[in-house]
Amino acid sequence: MSRGKSVRAVALLASASLAVLALTAATGSARTEQRSSAFKVAWIYVGPHNDHGWSQAHDQGRLYVQKQLGSKVQTTFKENVAVGPQLQQTVASLVRDGYKLIFGTSYGYFDTKLAAKYPQVLFEQATGTQTAKNLSEYFGAAEDTVYLSGMAAGAATKKGTLGYVVAYPIPEVIRHANAFALGAQLMHPGAKVKLVWTNSWFDPSKEKHAAESLFSSGADVLGQNVDSPATGEFAQSKHVPWVGYDSNAKKFAPTSWLTASVYHWGPYYVRRVKAAMNGTWKSGFYYGTIKDGFTGLAPYGPKVSKATKAAIAKKMQAIKTGKFYEFAGPLYDQKGKLRVPKGKRLNVQQLYAMNWLVRGVIGSPKG
Amino acid sequence: MNHSLAVVVIASGVAYGTPLLYAALGELLTERSGVLNLGVEGMMLIGAVMGFWTVQRVHAGSGAILVVAIGVAALAGALTAAIHAFLVITLRASQIVSGLALTIFAGAAGLSSYLGNDFNLGDNPARHQFHAVFPASVQRWPIVGPIVFGQNVLVYVSWACVVAVWLYLTRTRPGLNVRAVGDSPAAADAMGIDVAAYRYAHTLVGGAFAGVAGATFTLAITPQWVDGITGGAGWIAIALVIFAFWRPELCLVGAYFFGALQALSPELQARGIHIGPTELWANSLPYLMTIVVLVLVSASSTRRWLGAPAALGLPYVREER
Repeated sequence: MSRGKSVRAVALLASASLAVLALTAATGSARTEQRSSAFKVAWIYVGPHNDHGWSQAHDQGRLYVQKQLGSKVQTTFKENVAVGPQLQQTVASLVRDGYKLIFGTSYGYFDTKLAAKYPQVLFEQATGTQTAKNLSEYFGAAEDTVYLSGMAAGAATKKGTLGYVVAYPIPEVIRHANAFALGAQLMHPGAKVKLVWTNSWFDPSKEKHAAESLFSSGADVLGQNVDSPATGEFAQSKHVPWVGYDSNAKKFAPTSWLTASVYHWGPYYVRRVKAAMNGTWKSGFYYGTIKDGFTGLAPYGPKVSKATKAAIAKKMQAIKTGKFYEFAGPLYDQKGKLRVPKGKRLNVQQLYAMNWLVRGVIGSPKG
Repeated sequence: MNHSLAVVVIASGVAYGTPLLYAALGELLTERSGVLNLGVEGMMLIGAVMGFWTVQRVHAGSGAILVVAIGVAALAGALTAAIHAFLVITLRASQIVSGLALTIFAGAAGLSSYLGNDFNLGDNPARHQFHAVFPASVQRWPIVGPIVFGQNVLVYVSWACVVAVWLYLTRTRPGLNVRAVGDSPAAADAMGIDVAAYRYAHTLVGGAFAGVAGATFTLAITPQWVDGITGGAGWIAIALVIFAFWRPELCLVGAYFFGALQALSPELQARGIHIGPTELWANSLPYLMTIVVLVLVSASSTRRWLGAPAALGLPYVREER
């Protein structure tokens, strides 16, 4: 029996060490060399760093910082981090490793409580609303560029029914869906936009399901406010035009690709890292625009006509100069109720609280 | 008619149920030999990444390369299962601990993600993928067009596998031996059956099936590689084996049922039908139903009747009997 016991002890040890090995490998992080004097900056992503969407755009911003500031900074990232205990642990370990500035790139990551817990660390959160002495918020007015990408989609539809794959029913996604629909309706009056919620930022299988459902229920153009290119791959297989989001994902759908609203995070990150390094960093609420070069459109695909490109360029100019704003009244909701009267405009606070869908959107703002 | 809710959901259920079916058939064979392997998700992800690596990096004709990729995925899954087999059969470690460790070690954010990132597999869509076998005109036939003829070859092969596993377990000498090993290893041992050899073989074959299941994701359903692409399908497959009372033919029904459930939520939304939080119940139903079956299984009287292998999860030690 003693042999049996020792064998079992060895087995237990073996499986335990396997688990430990796995757990140490589990937190994916960038390989960066140790430079003790360099200023340490970290990024936290909700999906994989190479998702061809949201997180990848942030990671390109991180690489831009590393390139611009060279050996003066040391950057790293943590990927696939869920809101909750995992986020708390990730932040704790980054602080322990000496990271002085942490960019959290998903809604709900940081709050004033977390900022108060680590007063010596600077936090910046994309898409959120809470600020504190050491917690800044930053995002871009993507509703403008999503509107422009919606114009490309509206010009491409024949039946006037578009499908839009959406993540969570939160104001950010709702205002993007509204902007997309308004842009499409400009080019195709009366166009309908159907929504399917996936309840996930990144889930290729669910996103493909959503795209299939939208297609089979009559949509002849697809768009998305989720992070993977699964919708685009499906669109390509059905020869249906597709508008992406966050990154240039044309290679996943070479002929279906129209364009996408994109963010240029890099220059903002460089400014903020520099400020943190020389002590001029101040908490704030940054909302970048096309004019700032913060938001823009990805290169067009082959299906976008010259006339459409010209119309979009003209509109982009009008948005830049402030002559046009997509959320200016009159705007009606799904039931035909007047939400924004003529002559009124929605401000950023109202955009951040948007919980209604514009006329012509089919779907529930509750998910 | 082919765009009606029922036809679309069933067709989608068959397509998305296929990886569940492969993984469940593999786990069924493993469990029938008395070994519980909770590492299905990890083995699937290893199969997914290695199958995808093959089509991206090995140059050959489309048909040949896909066959090779499935072979590589099966081999990778079997090798991963070999870790579990060694730990629980030779070293007699706890099957639950070892299986969980395998999923953590090989799964999302583990070895599979290391391999995928190291090979830069996330950068490009699949160079080759499985397409529907039949011509478009046949796929347009009413009802059977999308459901039966709109599928790729992996679906048809999975049907052959169901028949093969069923015949194997009920009509062949080794199949009967496996069931003996899973129900009463001591009796099987006394009959001269090599218990360890049978358990090794079926754990490895189970891993190979899981590897193919993973490759079904990266080569057919969403032809790309991302970390954690199976999205928990391995756990549903384990639940499915219990739900199917350890029978291959019921695995098929259950896989398509669970697959269709996943398609239901987006389909209802796209059609503007709102009946409460569909996402919530569609995603939790497989697990809820499994809990019900587990409750049934936990009572020893119903356990025999449902077909649970009596020695499931127990290491076999000859001198202790």
